[in-house]
Amino acid sequence: MTDQIIFLLIILAAVFYFTVNVKKIIRNINLGLPLNRSDKPLQRFMVMLKVAFGQTKMVKRPIAAILHFFVYVGFVIINLEVLEIIIDGLFGTHRIFASPLGGLYNFLIGSFEILAALVLLGVIAFYARRNYLKLKRFSGVEMGKWPKADADYILIIETVLMIAFLTMNAADYRLQQIGSPHYINAGVFPISGFISPLLPSSESILIIIERSAWWFHIIGILAFLNYLPYSKHFHIILAFPNTYYSNLEPKGEFTDMASVTNEVKAMLDTAYTPQPVAEGNRFGAKDVTDLTWKSLMEAYTCTECGRCTSVCPANITGKLLSPRKIMMDTRDRMEEIGRNLDKHGKGFKDEKSLLHDYISKEEIWACTTCNACTEACPINIDPLNIIVELRRYSVMEESKASASLNNMFANIENNGAPWKYSPADRFNWAKD
Amino acid sequence: MCRSIQMLLTGLKIFMNDSTNNVQINSLNNEEVQGKGISTMAEMAAKGEAPEILFWVGCAGSFDERAQKITRDICKILQYVGINFAVLGTEESCTGDPAKRAGNEFLFQMQAISNIQILDGYKIKKIVTGCPHCFNTIKNEYPGLGGNYEVIHHSQLIQQLIDDGKLKAEGGESFKGKKITFHDPCYLGRGNGVYEAPRKALEILDAELVEMKRCKSNGLCCGAGGAQMFKEPEKGFKDVNIERIEEALSINPDIIAAGCPFCMTMLSDGIKNFEKENEVLVLDIAEITVRANGL
Repeated sequence: MTDQIIFLLIILAAVFYFTVNVKKIIRNINLGLPLNRSDKPLQRFMVMLKVAFGQTKMVKRPIAAILHFFVYVGFVIINLEVLEIIIDGLFGTHRIFASPLGGLYNFLIGSFEILAALVLLGVIAFYARRNYLKLKRFSGVEMGKWPKADADYILIIETVLMIAFLTMNAADYRLQQIGSPHYINAGVFPISGFISPLLPSSESILIIIERSAWWFHIIGILAFLNYLPYSKHFHIILAFPNTYYSNLEPKGEFTDMASVTNEVKAMLDTAYTPQPVAEGNRFGAKDVTDLTWKSLMEAYTCTECGRCTSVCPANITGKLLSPRKIMMDTRDRMEEIGRNLDKHGKGFKDEKSLLHDYISKEEIWACTTCNACTEACPINIDPLNIIVELRRYSVMEESKASASLNNMFANIENNGAPWKYSPADRFNWAKD
Repeated sequence: MCRSIQMLLTGLKIFMNDSTNNVQINSLNNEEVQGKGISTMAEMAAKGEAPEILFWVGCAGSFDERAQKITRDICKILQYVGINFAVLGTEESCTGDPAKRAGNEFLFQMQAISNIQILDGYKIKKIVTGCPHCFNTIKNEYPGLGGNYEVIHHSQLIQQLIDDGKLKAEGGESFKGKKITFHDPCYLGRGNGVYEAPRKALEILDAELVEMKRCKSNGLCCGAGGAQMFKEPEKGFKDVNIERIEEALSINPDIIAAGCPFCMTMLSDGIKNFEKENEVLVLDIAEITVRANGL
């Protein structure tokens, strides 16, 4: 009975703490400007199904795609087992699903075992790619101490959880063979069957091993759940809403600024009544609060895989710009604002901003707006939108475009072309 | 900048007052036109005619010497297949693309709204552009400001003509045995999902088509987009066009095919950098089509 009470308390604490942190993330995302992305629900659902569930954009890098698929499927499906563990924990039962499911239960446990082995294979390979093969994609200025440690922690936790799961099954299997009461004959153990002969044969020690692994596994999962809001690994949750709310327009299309349309039209026609616009109080973005909620959600969704940066023409040729850094900076700044709100209450403003304090002008002006980053992202994150918003602020509010860009602007204004040619000569090409 | 906006606005207001009467505007531009039988919209409207399609030339196509050649070749194709087309001539103005990519939304919208006035004044329905940037801007960003047209890039026009059997690769230069690779323009490819149209123009040649490793949706930018064409690149260890040309040269092509005047500049500069201009040609899809048909 004490076990069950302790178990219940642990579950409640874990759920409570997780909820508190998720609420903070939702609050932070809602710091962003409004944007309507709830149109075309069917099309959105299909995008989510394809990109998030189907992982269609992962396949551009086949090795990573396969390994990731093992871990993804493994974790989603093995979590069905967690349901049984929770029920067993709360009611003091053991393998509660075994008798109602019968043969299916054996099949499920068997598949979980194989999946667990594949997850192990995946995470070990991932760890090796990061730490021994040192893939270029996993380094870069933005991949400092914390992002690297975060990635390693995730892989280590997953390894330990899978080992605990298999150890638990191995001990259980052995106890079933011994005929220990309470350990009913249930499940097939294609993987842990190889581990169980290595375990001691004493029943009491086996029970200790089984119980320790059981507790370790479930507490580990709950701890991991609570690690997510602090980690890039939060993508396992946000990947789904993030792809659902994807930009459905062609990538070449940049957002139109209704606030600017109002001003331009009002200048053209004094009788024009400006349309109400849901935009911030400035043109473009200086800080994360000038971005839409979708950009902020994307910052929390980014799992720092670096596919964007590895295809960015600016980054490839040694410029400072890294699309991954744009997303990580946005998240870091948002978290900073969130911490300030927690500490100092609503309405608190510090002196910092996303542009300048986190992202430099040199970075945003190196972008060729080629959309390689948005194409590469396996979960439809759009760093380009943030870059363009920062440019808009820099140009329209700070008037800080470079001299050559100002020349280009002046030429368009005066000559209707970005170069200094007379508009009267525009049709000369036909005369030669 | 404010003063220039004011000036532009004054011009716009005059134009808007006139827009109810096309003939009146047209008379302003009549004298400048005429050349190779290419009509302007002003001329056509004066005669009470309407073209099937408007050819939006673009700034590069109008002023850049290399791109002017492509512009004339697009006209040759249109004339060869007998499409009744017109250009805006001196009434055309920048779509505002470089201003928008550089964050100057004001300037973009000023350009866009004034262009839409002109296009709507002539009741334009269908537009072919010689530049993926103009194509993207008019197709995707003008509707939000009230300008709705059917817009295609010239590679899509060529594809349509090939599909309809109106255009073949006959009677001109043979590309037999030539190795050709196509460089995807970002605003045609990733920007708008057009990957096959330009390749269609190459497939009908008796040439060997090879793809660079980074092609189609994985294509590497030439380095000119996002207003980079009009500024010095940021500090790095290489220019983007050099990275791209290295990749292109690694597959030893005879011809690098392009579909964008900015790509054309960047790729040609890259080729010159490696002193390969005598061995490797950079040609637009339209130029290749014209050569293959001896137009």
